[in-house]
Amino acid sequence: MLYKLIVFLPLVGFLIAGLFGRLIGARGSEIVTTSLLVVSAVLSWVAFFNVGFGAGTTRIQVATWMSSGGLQVDWAFRVDTLTVVMLVVVNTVSSLVHVYSIGYMHEDPHRPRFFAYLSLFTFAMLMLVTADNLLQMFFGWEGVGLASYLLIGFWYQKPSACAAAMKAFIVNRVGDFGFLLGIFLVFVLTGSVAFDTIFPQIAGLTEKTFRFLGYDWNALTLTALLLFMGAMGKSAQFLLHTWLPDAMEGPTPVSALIHAATMVTAGVFMVARLSPIFEYAPVALTVVIVVGATTAFFAATVGLVQNDIKRVIAYSTCSQLGYMFVALGVGAYSAGVFHLFTHAFFKALLFLGAGSVIHAMHHEQDMRNMGGLRKHIPLTAAAMTIGTLALTGFPLFAGYFSKDAIIESAYAAVAHKGFAASYAYVLLVVAACMTSFYSWRLYFMTFEGKPRWGADAHASHAHASHGHASHGHAAHGHDDHAHAAHAYDDHQGHGHDHKPHESPLVMLIPLAVLSLGAVAAGFAFKGAFIGAGYDAFWKASLFTGKDNHILHEMHEVPKWVIWSPFVAMLIGFVLALYMYVLRPGVPGKLAAANPVLYRFLLNKWYFDEIYDFLFVKPSMWIGKFLWKKGDGFVIDGMGPDGISARVVDVTNRVVRLQTGYLYHYAFAMLMGVAGLVTWYLVARG
Amino acid sequence: MFGFGILTGLLILPLVGAAFILTLRGDQAAVESNARYGALAATVATFVLACFAWAKFDPANPGFQMVETHAWVSDAIQFKLGVDGFSFPFVVLTAFLMPFCILASWHSITKRVREYMVAFLILETLMIGVFVALDLVLFYLFFEGGLIPMFLIIGIWGGKRRVYASYKFFLYTLLGSVLLLLALMAMYWHAGTTDIPTLLAHKFPAGMQTWLWLAFFASFAVKMPMWPVHTWLPDAHVEAPTAGSVVLAAIMLKMGGYGFIRFSIPMFPEASAYFASFVFALSVIAIVYTSLVALMQEDIKKLIAYSSVAHMGFVTMGLFTLTPQGIQGAMFQMVSHGLVSGALFLCVGVIYDRMHTREISAYGGLVNRMPVYAVVFMVFTMANVGLPGTAGFVGEFLTLLGAFRANPWVAFIACSGVILSAAYALWLYRRVVFGELVKPELKDIADLDRREMVILIPLVVLTVWYGIRPGTILDAFAAPTEALIKNYQAALTAAKTAMLVVQ
Repeated sequence: MLYKLIVFLPLVGFLIAGLFGRLIGARGSEIVTTSLLVVSAVLSWVAFFNVGFGAGTTRIQVATWMSSGGLQVDWAFRVDTLTVVMLVVVNTVSSLVHVYSIGYMHEDPHRPRFFAYLSLFTFAMLMLVTADNLLQMFFGWEGVGLASYLLIGFWYQKPSACAAAMKAFIVNRVGDFGFLLGIFLVFVLTGSVAFDTIFPQIAGLTEKTFRFLGYDWNALTLTALLLFMGAMGKSAQFLLHTWLPDAMEGPTPVSALIHAATMVTAGVFMVARLSPIFEYAPVALTVVIVVGATTAFFAATVGLVQNDIKRVIAYSTCSQLGYMFVALGVGAYSAGVFHLFTHAFFKALLFLGAGSVIHAMHHEQDMRNMGGLRKHIPLTAAAMTIGTLALTGFPLFAGYFSKDAIIESAYAAVAHKGFAASYAYVLLVVAACMTSFYSWRLYFMTFEGKPRWGADAHASHAHASHGHASHGHAAHGHDDHAHAAHAYDDHQGHGHDHKPHESPLVMLIPLAVLSLGAVAAGFAFKGAFIGAGYDAFWKASLFTGKDNHILHEMHEVPKWVIWSPFVAMLIGFVLALYMYVLRPGVPGKLAAANPVLYRFLLNKWYFDEIYDFLFVKPSMWIGKFLWKKGDGFVIDGMGPDGISARVVDVTNRVVRLQTGYLYHYAFAMLMGVAGLVTWYLVARG
Repeated sequence: MFGFGILTGLLILPLVGAAFILTLRGDQAAVESNARYGALAATVATFVLACFAWAKFDPANPGFQMVETHAWVSDAIQFKLGVDGFSFPFVVLTAFLMPFCILASWHSITKRVREYMVAFLILETLMIGVFVALDLVLFYLFFEGGLIPMFLIIGIWGGKRRVYASYKFFLYTLLGSVLLLLALMAMYWHAGTTDIPTLLAHKFPAGMQTWLWLAFFASFAVKMPMWPVHTWLPDAHVEAPTAGSVVLAAIMLKMGGYGFIRFSIPMFPEASAYFASFVFALSVIAIVYTSLVALMQEDIKKLIAYSSVAHMGFVTMGLFTLTPQGIQGAMFQMVSHGLVSGALFLCVGVIYDRMHTREISAYGGLVNRMPVYAVVFMVFTMANVGLPGTAGFVGEFLTLLGAFRANPWVAFIACSGVILSAAYALWLYRRVVFGELVKPELKDIADLDRREMVILIPLVVLTVWYGIRPGTILDAFAAPTEALIKNYQAALTAAKTAMLVVQ
């Protein structure tokens, strides 16, 4: 009952706000959805302590979904420690985001719809994390995709928002393509999609091969790789990451909830949940390491030069997800999930903080037009400081425990994984330096220095933005984007003075709660997640092979390895301090000195352009070609049009005798005669 | 009931309605109004009777039920009706959708209303007849007879290029039907009967199976429609009136699939095994090819028509996997596609009735004026994309699973349809519904009225319900599927042993 309440209360909220939003009004919708979510969140914490620090692993059958032949799919909840960790993350962040949105969205006329979507998302996410089988997981997987699509496109008047929403859905579908094939393969191998039936069979399948696309694969490696493709899509990993930065078109609370704390971590959750499969697929795990490390590095490089406050954090999310995957890849599943857990708090905090800044600046998102905001919005600045410290891994803050654990585990894995692990270790340390740099850059550009906003700063602002980043056409794109945001703001934000103002209490309280999490979540739960309490806490929910001692080994790495992320973090901080506070002219000069590199990073390694060239344009061209030439010219030309043209010729010439309307049956008869004649001529001729 | 069973009742009720409408006399407005209400009453009564039949239907029984036989042409060719798990859901689907078709034509048909309603009622009888006929000749008559009212509906009440469309429609189906007739005669000469249950047990020699299979295939492939004989469908849909499109997409396309499962696979198992790869090839080509073509369409109805072809590709692929998941999934896909594509055409009808254009570029930003419509259209778009939790997912998933078991290559290529369908459907939605409402002629477009809500809301509910609990329909297919696969495998084994003996 507890778990049914946790999962279905958000659904109730969605249905009430969605169906009767007009009836109960915006305020009613807010109250209903938010209070249901808060109840659900409180219950989740109860469940968390019950299961994590007690013995409450259960399976709850809700209903049958479908059955066909040997396939039996249920709607059911699998409740173990991994589930309750996710329940806590999802419901805590979601309820805080609900509360926050009451303040953030208070000018929006479509609040019932907004809150309905938020609750729908939460429900789908809960279905995902409680799934007892692969198909229900897929249901949640697609459900969160739908909610994400709807929320990114929430401001549907903005063309950029609509495009971003579509892009998110379609790129995710590319990942789902792999996920689906993975599910099929699991079914072929084990005859089931239910975890309880699949997992015990895996150990016996290690030698099995499967012929797929003309190549004999190790069956488990192939399964894991296909499933991981789904994870790559949802968690915006390298090559399938392009949708995440664009998803920032959605309202900021959405970015905090979906595109930072919960949905994008679904891929991490999936791999952790399927650890019994991945653990027997070492090759696939190596791929996971490489992809994760590459993402962590790549996204951090792009984050260095972005000017949109939300995009910086988006790339940071992308990068941190890469960290989590490295942990999973080296077999330290709990470290990955631990980072997921802490990251949810401080990244949601950063996004909501950024939202508070954007709110204060009247929907301005370009950091080049900010600066000196600390005096005006001190509480927000404090929250952002905490978030930044946690993200960069400042000692004793949440990120310090989880991120350093990942880096140490990567180093410890060098003994088993060889090159992939060293590759990961080096990239992660470098990325940690860059994380620190872009995070502090964000902080300094936003809160410190001279104000670059308001009427008096206008001239200097224009100047600054020219000197700073008038290279590259992407900068133009950003300007357009800012204009769009402005245009939108104009139509809903009349009657404000343009002075930044601190956000209302309803937005600050979630910030405070998340700050608490960002400070304490790492310290408080370190022992249970990755320390001495590991076995008692996780029980059987994460599987590790008998040769997997990574959690033990990562505590025995050399001292310099333990210090490396801290030093990297310090270097990043000092560089940011130097370039954005002490010598503000340096970034512009650096960019001018390395125009190619700067443009390469600013344009996100040109992935959008490459994909457009490789996939989007050709699909459209082929579609048009097949339509006009394939259907129109070849098939119709050979078939009906050709025949009818011939028949009409013949009838015109031969059957002048008959006037009036010729019935089609007569046409057909003539066609037969014509055919006969042709055959006769050909055969005799 | 007067010596007739419930199935005869289903065939007669629409005809009674048609006869009543034909007797209407008097001033034109009254006749038109009475014709509408008469047709609605007749279709609703048929649906009620179908529900009554549903209560009596036993889904666990793999054989034919409610069988009734009446003397007809001769002892060998009788008027024999009956249903099993494969056919009965389509009978209910047909009866269920017809009242919506009548309602959808309520205001949009203004000329020759009486004849229009009569044509629809006759069409209903013929379509139900296809699914309940247990005699090959009877089936043939219903199967081909259904073309005539449809031909008239497109040709008389259609759009600008209606003559071209109906002509194309006719030309395509003619070739198939001629071959079907020849095959039918050959079967009669060989087996001495046209009784379907008897023919199902009859063993045709392997060589004959090949030719008969091809002849049936020619007819069913056009009806499906399968690539490359699909080009009549976009034109027919575009020109047909809304209700015509609904019937065409929801019911008439299913006759091809029904034909495969009723005749081709059980009667010609060896040929089916032989041609399975061929069908796979055509199916995956259809899925990818038509999805790409759909992407570039400029006409809403054409886009949905092409997406129908892609979805029917999943059906043929699933059927010929000869796995329980493939077949049940394919059958379910047909029912769910019936609901979803029917609903999508109704959605297009809603805006067509207001703006009288189907050009995608003529729309944009409808959500601003039509929020309820936007929600409804979103549900069906997502069902069309195959989102889990909607009816569209179950069939797609099961057919792909079956295909993966039969041939991973096929599943791999077909799975890309998952990506492409998202692309064309969302792009359509974005261009029609999202965005700012800038076009002056759309400025005062009205949201759904009560009649349109009555049509669309039940479909929304069913689409979601069958996505979450598909059991009601899916389980009806279970028993006959199991029997079919058993017989199929037995036939193949027998053929193999026979071959060994010969060698």
